This record gives sequence, structure tokens and C-alpha cells, in this order.
Amino acid sequence: MSQAVVAKLKGAFPATVQEVKEHRGEVTVTVKREDIVQVCDFLKKEAGYNFLCDLCGVDYLGQQPRFMVVYNLYNITTKERLRVKVAVPEEDACVETVSGVWSTANWHERECWDLMGIRFANHPDLRRILMPENWEGHPLRKDYPLQGPGREPYQGRLS
Amino acid sequence: MAKKDIMTINMGPQHPSTHGVLQLILELDGETVVKATPHIGFLHRGVEKLSENRSYHRALPLTDRLDYLAPMSNNLGYVLAVEKLLGITDLIPERAKVVRVMMAELTRIKSHLVWLATHALDIGAMTVFLYCFREREAIMDMYEKLSGARMTSNYFRVGGLSLDLPEGFEKDVRSFIDAMPGHIETYEGLLTGNKIWQKRTIGVAKIDADAAIDIGLTGPALRASGVDWDLRRDNPYSGYEEYEFQVVTRQNGDTFDRYKARLDEMRESCKIIRQALDKLQPGPILADAPAVCLPPKEKVVNSIEGLIHQFKIITEGFKPEPGEIYQGVEAPKGELGYYLVSDGSANPYRMKIRPPSFVNLQALPQMVEGALLADVIAAIGTLDIVLGEIDR
Amino acid sequence: MGVKQQGAELAPATEYYKVLGDNILTTSLDKLVNWSRSRSMWPMTFGLACCAIEMMAAGAARFDLDRLGVLFRASPRQADLIIIAGTVTHKMMPVIRTVYEQMPEPKYVIAMGACASSGGVFDTYSVLQGIDQELPVDVYVPGCPPRPEGLLYGLIKLQEKIMREKNSFGAAIGAGQVIRD
Repeated sequence: MSQAVVAKLKGAFPATVQEVKEHRGEVTVTVKREDIVQVCDFLKKEAGYNFLCDLCGVDYLGQQPRFMVVYNLYNITTKERLRVKVAVPEEDACVETVSGVWSTANWHERECWDLMGIRFANHPDLRRILMPENWEGHPLRKDYPLQGPGREPYQGRLS
Repeated sequence: MAKKDIMTINMGPQHPSTHGVLQLILELDGETVVKATPHIGFLHRGVEKLSENRSYHRALPLTDRLDYLAPMSNNLGYVLAVEKLLGITDLIPERAKVVRVMMAELTRIKSHLVWLATHALDIGAMTVFLYCFREREAIMDMYEKLSGARMTSNYFRVGGLSLDLPEGFEKDVRSFIDAMPGHIETYEGLLTGNKIWQKRTIGVAKIDADAAIDIGLTGPALRASGVDWDLRRDNPYSGYEEYEFQVVTRQNGDTFDRYKARLDEMRESCKIIRQALDKLQPGPILADAPAVCLPPKEKVVNSIEGLIHQFKIITEGFKPEPGEIYQGVEAPKGELGYYLVSDGSANPYRMKIRPPSFVNLQALPQMVEGALLADVIAAIGTLDIVLGEIDR
Repeated sequence: MGVKQQGAELAPATEYYKVLGDNILTTSLDKLVNWSRSRSMWPMTFGLACCAIEMMAAGAARFDLDRLGVLFRASPRQADLIIIAGTVTHKMMPVIRTVYEQMPEPKYVIAMGACASSGGVFDTYSVLQGIDQELPVDVYVPGCPPRPEGLLYGLIKLQEKIMREKNSFGAAIGAGQVIRD
């Protein structure tokens, strides 16, 4: 069933869909960064993915491009899931916001900016959400030390 | 024309009715809320980052401390996610599945009891608090018998359960669910027909179905707005498809309907637990997957092979093949999702938790704007938030 | 800072006795003051995380803190005990300090649970590794979270500690300071 949606998506945006992957029965579609809002809008209106479960960033340090922004979608009518990803390079860590498509993206994107340092263009209120306003750095990045930059790294084993 | 004065007041993070360390900046025109801005993060403990530095087995105790009112639901979501990542979902033995369902539903009752206790206390009904905590203590005792801890149970394991049920446990559960519907009647007797309760809840913090989906509400809060969606029925996990239960929906989407929806959900949970008890058969509690599951304790202390086996799993862990999965479960507060990315090492490369309270809290500003200041307290209570999982 | 350090920074004990000697009258009055203080500890209603739920359970019918004279107060101005029940983050610390400074003397601090005592399992960038880095802690209650009995035991230990205070009557009428052990 998800395959049908992917085929439909490919039909509507032939140049945008870069990769389709299936792992443990879950379909992941990687699309071009510039088209994410149009793709999400299409998936919501034409394919019925009316619920954005989750939005987060993943830091693949050492790879090019460095970041992935992951959108986990859900269709409340057919009870199906679909995952959409966009690659984000480190030098221009910015994606267009999807908070116009689903309002719930607002806080998810703020969290992604706060912890991962990925900006969301045209976001209505892009402030830090979990860390204090004056915090420096983005803790979930792989090059950020677990115990914070100010402390001597713990030499033992974390358990 | 008189000048319109807007007064800004600060509520929290130290406030008895914010259910933890939530801060709200309220802009008021008289007693009417013009704008509410939640500030969160006062309990941000870095669980996601911490789990990236631990092996899969050792990240499990951290999930207890997310939604600390429903630890076993968090455990369940996590172990299901890791099992899916490993591809061993079909290997989980029947007994483990049934016990998981039973404990998840007991946890739902436990979580809803705290919600009802604090929600009623916030609105001004003190007696319910004492009754709810009485019943909750019974569940805590069961938790303790089962796992040794009252709150942070850490009972499920990737591949099954850590221990089998102790002796007499089924009897405890049965006597509890025999008594529980009567207790729910008591709460209803204290609240449902109560004029003050009705005035404080009916029509308060209303949200309609489309707005609720748009803002991302899940769980009882969404179902009270008339959206018929429950992951237990629609994307069943851990054998939920074999149980008969009603998905409770209500139509008005106000505080009163959410209250009724949660009470009815507790009744449905009792039914599920009863079915689980009837299904419970003796059998293995861990999957036959030696690369993943810890060996039984008797083997560890009695044989060198068992000891080596345990040692290898504890020190090295297991390495799922690279890939990514998302597993959602119906936690008491809504959809709890785990998005796991594996890079083939023994630690999760990325673990994103989708906490239901985090998303549900987003609906607060639109629920309270235009309402009275006193209704803000009712709205916070009705969303059933837990800051441990909002801030992670 | 408003945080009164114990022991080291206080002047030698003899100086206080210059003000109000150590005789049968003053020590009896000290006992009276100590007794009334230790039997009516009013903690702040201040929950941070998981431990707060166990604190609530301790206050509910089964464990019933009221019988120790422990009544939760919602305002720091009416409280003389703060139970740090949960993980303290760097973002939360300024708020706790403000609340602590608003409490009138004499005031006591209980660090409830592993997180408040030492950071617990959360050895991360955002978590303060023990509230004792910022506030003077009187009693540590171990556990993750501690059982309500654990909290009760901690409160009883604090009562015992208050009972051992010297010159508490003198301090109450403005002569010298309380000498704690």
C-alpha cells in the first residue's frame, strides 16, 4: 500500500524522489530539500497523510551531507506510516518549515533547531525550546561532548 | 474609550498546579487570557544523547524515567522498537506478550489514577486525590512484587521479560480488577454529577477534531474530540489484536469529555487485563535468540557457559544491522514513538523519542486563549502532561 | 548568596555563649524551640521529577506525612524545609535558588533521590551533578526514587538533627546564631 503512495509521489514529483528504501516493512523516501514543503503538502492533501507523528534531525558526522531531517507521517484513515527524509549539508543547515502544513511541526522544529542546530526557514517562532536561551552549541550533535564542553570528560565507562 | 491594559503574569516553574516544572507566561486582559506562552526544558536531562552512549540493554532503564507515571508503557515501546530493529518481533513467546499487555494496561490505570487525582485536586476536589492514591498504592505493590521497584520498574527486556511472575501475582491482579470498577464508580459519584465539577469542566478548553489532528494531539485527548484512532487496535503490537475492547470516543472535545473518556478507558483496561489473565499459560518468557537475550539467572550462577554468555551480552551488547525504524505504542497519554537508527554498532546511533505530552502541550495556548485564568489550571490538568517526558 | 554555611564560617562557639550563657534555663528553652521546630516542618510543594510522585505518595493516606507535622505549603514564605525531589538542571537552578532565598530562616534542605544528591544516572551536559554544589544539604535520601518510607526516615533524621541544635532560643531573640552540628 505504501508502495502505491510512493509510486504516486514519484508520478507527481519525478525529479524530487531520490531514494526509496524499505527496512523491516517500513518505507523511507528521501526527497530533495528544496521540495519538502510541496511533497508534504501533496502527501497530506492527495495521499491522506494527515498526521505528522514526529520530526527530528539525525547527525551523520563524517558523511556528506552531514544531517538528515526525518518526518514520520501517519494516515489516520488507512492507519499507515511513511517516512520522508531530506539531506541537509552542514554549511547550509536550513530546511523550509512544514509548520504551515501541520501546525504540530512548530515545536518539533524548534526542538530540532535547539538540539541539532538545523534552521527552519520561515518558521513562525524559531527559538530554543529545551535549553536555556543563552546556551551555546547544539547538544545532540555528535561532536558535542556528552557531559558538556565545560567539564573534564569522564574517563571511565558510562553505565 | 478606556485604554486596554494587558497584564503579563508568570506561572511556574514553581507552581503546585503545573504538574512539574512547566512555566507559562500569561498575558491577561482582566481575567481573560489573551495569550499563553509555555516555556519548557526545565527538566531536560539529555536522555536521547545519553542513550546514544549506552548499549541497547543499558538504555532501557532511562526510559523508565521519561513518563514516570507510566514506566512500563515506556519500557514496552522501547523493547518493541529494538525488537523490530533486530527483526525478532515474531520470536517473542506468548507468555511474555500476554504479561506485557497485562502490565501495560495496569500501567494505564495507574497513570490515569494520578491524572484524576491531580486534576481533581487542582480544580478543588481533595477527596478524590486520597482515593486515587489508595488504589494506586495497590498497583505499586504489584509493581514491587514483580520488579522490586515501586516506580522505575525496568521489568521488560529486549526479547521478553526479566523475570517470571511471582507466586500469587495473578490472584493479586484479579482481586484488583474485581474491585477497580467499583472504585471508578466512586470517583464518578464524587465528580460526574457534581455541579461545581461540571461548571469547571463542561465547555472548558474545547478543541475540535480537525484542530486536534493538526496540532498533533493523540491518545484520550484526541479521542475525546471524536477521532476514532487507537494504536492498540489500528496498528496492534504485542498481541493486542487478540483482545476485545472498545476504543472510547467522545464528541465534544472539552475537559469533561476527556475526563469521561479516561474513566471509560480505565474500565476497558480492566477488561483487557481480565482477558490477559485468562490467556496466561505457563511457558518461556524470553525469546530463543541467544545473541540478544540474557540467559536465565540459574544458568549464570551455575554454569561457566551461562556466565560467559551473560558477560558477553552485558559488555559487548548486540549489534543490529544498519537501518532505521519507528515504533509507536498507545501510552496512557497518547502515541509514544521511538525512532531508532542503527549504524551496526552496539549503541543506538540515534534514538528519538516522540513523547505524547510534548505534542499535547502544544495545544495548550489555543485551548486557553479567550478563556478565564482559572480555566488554565483545568486545561493543564486535562492534557495530562508529565514534564519528564516533555523535556526528556 | 543568602546561603548560610555550617560550621566553618561561624565564629567559635564561645562567642555566642557570651550573649546567652549555657545554663539550665537557656538549654531548656533551646529544647522547647527545637521541639516545636522539628515537629512542625512545613516543606515547599516543590516537585521536580519522578521523586515528586513518591513525595506525593508519602503525603497521601497510606504514609501520611501529616502525622509528623509535615504540611506542604505552596509558598516559600511559609515554608522552612525544601525537599529537592528530582533532577536539577542548569536551567532550573536559578529558580531553585530564588525559591530558597525566599524562605525565612531557619531553613533546611533535603536532597531526595540520586539525581538531587549526585546527578544520578544523568551524567549529562544539562544536569547539575548534585544540589549540594549550590545549597547546603542537611539530609540526603538515597534511592531512585526513594520509597516513601525512605523520605519518612529522612524527615525523622532531620528532626533529630534539629533537636541537637544549640542556642536556638538565643538566636530566636536575636542573641547570636544557631549552632548546628
